[in-house]
This record gives sequence, structure tokens and C-alpha cells, in this order.
Amino acid sequence: MKSFAEALKTLSQFRQQTAPDPYRPVEEYFKCQVSQMGSEMLPILNGWYVHDSDGLTTYDNGVVAGSLKTALQRCPELVRPALSRISDKERNELTDSNEQQFNDGIFIYVPDDVNVEQPFQIVSLVNSRDDLLVQNRHVIRVGRNATLSLIQCDDSIRSVSHFLNIVTEISLSENATLHYYKTENKEADSHLFHHVFVNQQAFSMFQSNAITFNAGYVCNNIHVNLSEPFAEARLYGLYLVDKTQQCDNHIKINHIATDCKSYQLYKGILDDEAKAGFHGHVAVLPDAQRTNAFQTNRNILLTDKASVNTKPFLEIYADDVQCSHGATVGQLDDEALYYLRSRGIGERSARKLLMFAFANEVCNYVRIPALKDRLSDMVQRRLNGELTICDQCLLHNANHSELFFPIDETKI
Amino acid sequence: MLKIENLHVTIKEREILKGVNLEVKAGEVHAIMGPNGTGKSTLASVVAGKEGYDVTAGSITFNGKNLLELSVEDRAREGIFIGFQYPVEIPGVSIANFMRTALNEIRQYRGLDPLNGAQFLRLMNEKQKVVELTEKLSNRSVNEGFSGGEKKRNEIFQMAMLEPQLAILDETDSGLDIDALRIVANGVNQLKRPDNATIVITHYQRLLDYIVPDVVHILYDGRIVKSGPKELALELEQRGYEWIKEEYEQGKLA
Repeated sequence: MKSFAEALKTLSQFRQQTAPDPYRPVEEYFKCQVSQMGSEMLPILNGWYVHDSDGLTTYDNGVVAGSLKTALQRCPELVRPALSRISDKERNELTDSNEQQFNDGIFIYVPDDVNVEQPFQIVSLVNSRDDLLVQNRHVIRVGRNATLSLIQCDDSIRSVSHFLNIVTEISLSENATLHYYKTENKEADSHLFHHVFVNQQAFSMFQSNAITFNAGYVCNNIHVNLSEPFAEARLYGLYLVDKTQQCDNHIKINHIATDCKSYQLYKGILDDEAKAGFHGHVAVLPDAQRTNAFQTNRNILLTDKASVNTKPFLEIYADDVQCSHGATVGQLDDEALYYLRSRGIGERSARKLLMFAFANEVCNYVRIPALKDRLSDMVQRRLNGELTICDQCLLHNANHSELFFPIDETKI
Repeated sequence: MLKIENLHVTIKEREILKGVNLEVKAGEVHAIMGPNGTGKSTLASVVAGKEGYDVTAGSITFNGKNLLELSVEDRAREGIFIGFQYPVEIPGVSIANFMRTALNEIRQYRGLDPLNGAQFLRLMNEKQKVVELTEKLSNRSVNEGFSGGEKKRNEIFQMAMLEPQLAILDETDSGLDIDALRIVANGVNQLKRPDNATIVITHYQRLLDYIVPDVVHILYDGRIVKSGPKELALELEQRGYEWIKEEYEQGKLA
């Protein structure tokens, strides 16, 4: 795993883009065609929020969403309580750099008792010939008894090198629910560091599904504080990497209060010379009695040169707790392969069926049916070697005819 | 259809089969019986093409083709089906996806067009009835969480879907209660046709009350030491295997 200090040195070789002016029409560039999802799009291009007219929208139900910088000017009282709440213990070189120099980012505020039915979707694209540095900061606040689904897509479209240093701060009030879906599909010469900090109050529920389809170097850090009783965090992750790609997942869950639950399931398939790291740390503090914490990391290595470094780690100071952790690194099950082949399925197809079954478990936890189908389909095609970047973005299709995507017949 | 001649097989340098001869013709049902550890399951595995078995001598031909040269999947595509003693659980692979992939790869091998979704679902519904699997199977993972009886019924369901020319049922009766046994046996009988054949490997005569064999073979010490009509199974049931062992050791059997 790369250290953050090392990463900062790499970061300093990249340049940030100044705010583009004038902004370009949104619809022309960003339109996710994931059918029936009808998400509310929050587009970012090269680190800058893209919008037609107003940088910040207030919806009928009181939800406020748009540019973080605009929000800081117009409604600082909504933003401040949730911005820069990272403790000294949690911060590092990259989060410091982000704090000092972030371009912009997305701010979403859901008032108390509002159930937001339409998912919000942050789509961050990098399309630049320069060695671009993007430092985004997102702040998500979900009020008491409120619910939100948020999808975050990080894609790149040109195979030039760039560096993304993203910090997302999430604060969930009492009995709030956030379903957070993250997909990453990055070119080989990219670096993506994403720090997610979550603070949960009583009875709140946080679920994240982080799916890495392609990575130059991707490092996902999720830091959850279960600050009040009966909060629950469910973290699912999947990484499908090949060639020389590398994906690290660092997870830290602090069980601070009593009666909280945390689950982690991270799975990976590694081909060629790809590398992955899983560092899952669950800390159960002395007052956190009746904690339930479960942690699993499972990996399939398809070649001898692929490698994974897995380190599940429980640190327990309370005595009335239920915790378990486990990690596996292995190959496909020979008996299952034989069984499939004995029914006439060729070895290649049999391997793909088993890999898909292994990986798709993570997609099965996605609660939005259209997104779940889409992600399953992308996993399938990734394993077939057909998927390079998400072909649902108009930007990819319209401007880059050299990219070829076979028609997905199952969706017609 | 199937011709096995002088088959010698070793596993990790230990000889398990020591010269098996067996010929099965279309329309026939053969039973292979014998005590534990005499090579019955090895014979099924070698016909299926499982890795880890060394054929040191002899031949297996299927419709004139040298089976030993074919991969596991090609043997299945040629029309061989093994009903496993211990079917594996495959979490995350639905039965529908499994069967559709299998069926279409077999069809492709034979130069046939793949079945479309509607045709396939119709076939699934029809074949589920063969083993009285009324529950909605299609979205369940292969064998995951199935009881012993359900696993065996699922094997026969797959056999019904794939319509093999030769089915080898390896201890399909083990672990079945009498109702499950009846359902499985009825399934096998329904699938019987003049142009296909079945080999039933079993310990007990019980299954043969339901699936009536044309020929019964006794496999002992890696050889078929005695073959006879279905009454031979009854004789084994009454007298056990001891007399076979004695006669074999006295050199009276083949």
C-alpha cells in the first residue's frame, strides 16, 4: 500500500484547473442513461461543478443541492456544521491538501423527515490533455428521520494521467438513512484517492457499495464513527482489477457508543499483475457494549503474479461484544468448475460463471433495482473483458467514437 | 453405444480399475453393484473425464469415438451425463442461468441454434414436472441450501433438460427417503427411450425395484466379476457380497 506522504509527492506533480468560465450546458455533456433510474444529476468536469444557471438548487421538499462553494456563500449555517469535522487523528497529508486547496465539490442537505425518493448522482469526469489535479470536497448532510440514496461515479475518458484527491464528509442525524453507491472506472494512468468520513448519530443507517471496475491506482478510505447508540454501518466493496492496476481499501470503524452494528464484505478478483490491499480496522471502544461487528474480505487470484495484501483487524476494549473477521485468498473452486463442465459448459464459460457469481454478491445489496441490474451487467462485461469505461455516459459516446462497445443484447 | 475394453485406471499410482469390460447398447438399463471401494465411482468419473485419474491401459468408445481424447465438456456435449453422488453447491449461479448456458453450449456444439428466453422457460417448466419440482427453481442458486433429496432431484431435472444419450447415475439413491427415491426413479423411467441408455450405480437392490435393469454387473476388486439378469440383484440382497468375495478369491469368477 502506498503511504499518503508518498502520494502527496505524486500529487504535487499535477496541476489543478482554474474555474472554467462560462459554464457549459449540462444536458449536452452529462446524461446517465441507466434506464428508469431517473437520478438527479450533479455533474463535475475536471473538478468543477457544471450547471446551466444556478450553482445551488433548493427543491420543493427543502432539499438543497449543488456547488459546495456556492453553498458556503449563500447558506453557511447549513454547511459549516458538517464541513472540516475531521479529527486530528483521522487527518493525513492528502486530506490536509484537500482542505487547503479544494476546487469545489457537491453539497447536499436533506432536511429532517424528508424521504428523498429520487436518487442523487454525482458524476465526476476527467477529460483533459494536461496532467490534471482534481481536489473535490463533498459534504452530505441527512437530517433526522430523513433518507437519501446517493450514487457517485468517477470516470475518466482520456488515457492521460491525472490525480484525484477527493474528500467526502457525511453526517447522519438521528434515525437518518443513507445508501451510498460508488463506482470507479479509471484509466491506467490515473490516481484516485477518496476519503469518506461518516459520522452517525443514534439509530442512523449507512450503507455503502463501492465497486471498482478499473483502476490505475485507486485508494478508498472509509472512516465511520458510530457515535451514538443503535447506529448501523454496512460496507460492501468489490474490486475487479487486471494488468498493472492497483486498488486499496482502508476501512476504519469506530464503535464509540453501545448497541451499534457494523458489517463489512469486500471481494476482489485480480488478474495479470494486479494488486489489491484490504485494511479493515474495527475499534470497539470501552463504552461500546453489545457491539456487533463482522468483517470479511475474500479474493480470487487468477494468476501467480497477481497479489493481495489483506489485513482484517479487530481492536476490542469492551467485554460484551460479538465480533468476527476473516479473509480468504484463493482460486476458483475446482469441484464447481468440474460440475459445470460435466454439463457441457466450456471451461472458459464455466470460469466466467463462477467469477460472476462471486462478484455479483456485492451488487445484490444494491437497493435501486435499475442500478443493481446495470452494475451486474457491468460486472459481467468487465469479466468478459468488454468493459473499459461506463458506456452509459453520453460524453463517452458522443465525443469519442474511437471507443467501441459491443451491444449488450440482454438489455434490448 | 458405450464400449469399455480392458480399462485399467490408477489414482496416485494405486490401481483401482484392473481391466473393466462393459458394453451398453441403446435402450438398455445396466446396474453396477458392488461393495464399497471397489471402483464404482471411479468408473463413472473416468467416463466423465474428471482429472486425477490415469488410464494406464484399455479404451472407452462412445458411438465409435474415443472418449478418452475428449474434454469433460465435450463428453457432455456428445451426450454423456453423470448424476453425481454428492452434487456441489454453487452459490450465486442460478439454476436457470446454469441450464441455459449448458443447453446452448451443447446446442452450439451440435450445430443447432440457441434457445431463446421463452423457449427455454417453457422447457424448464415442462421438465421440472418430471421430478415434481413445483417450487420456483429458476432463481435459486445451484444446490445451495438444498436437502439431500432436493439435490438428487435437481440432478435428474438437469438430466431431463439435457436429454443425454447415456446417463450414469452414481449412487443416486444414497441418502434418499422412500418418497424421494420413488420420485427420482419415476423421473429416470419417464426419460427412458429406445435411443438412450442408463447405467445405475448402486449399493442396494432397493433402487432396482423402481428402475428395472436389463443387466446387473458386480464390480469387485476393480473388475466386473459377474454379470446377470435382474435376479442377480435380488440374490445379492439376500446373500450379501460375502459369497462373491469367496468365489472370487477361489478363482471361480472372471
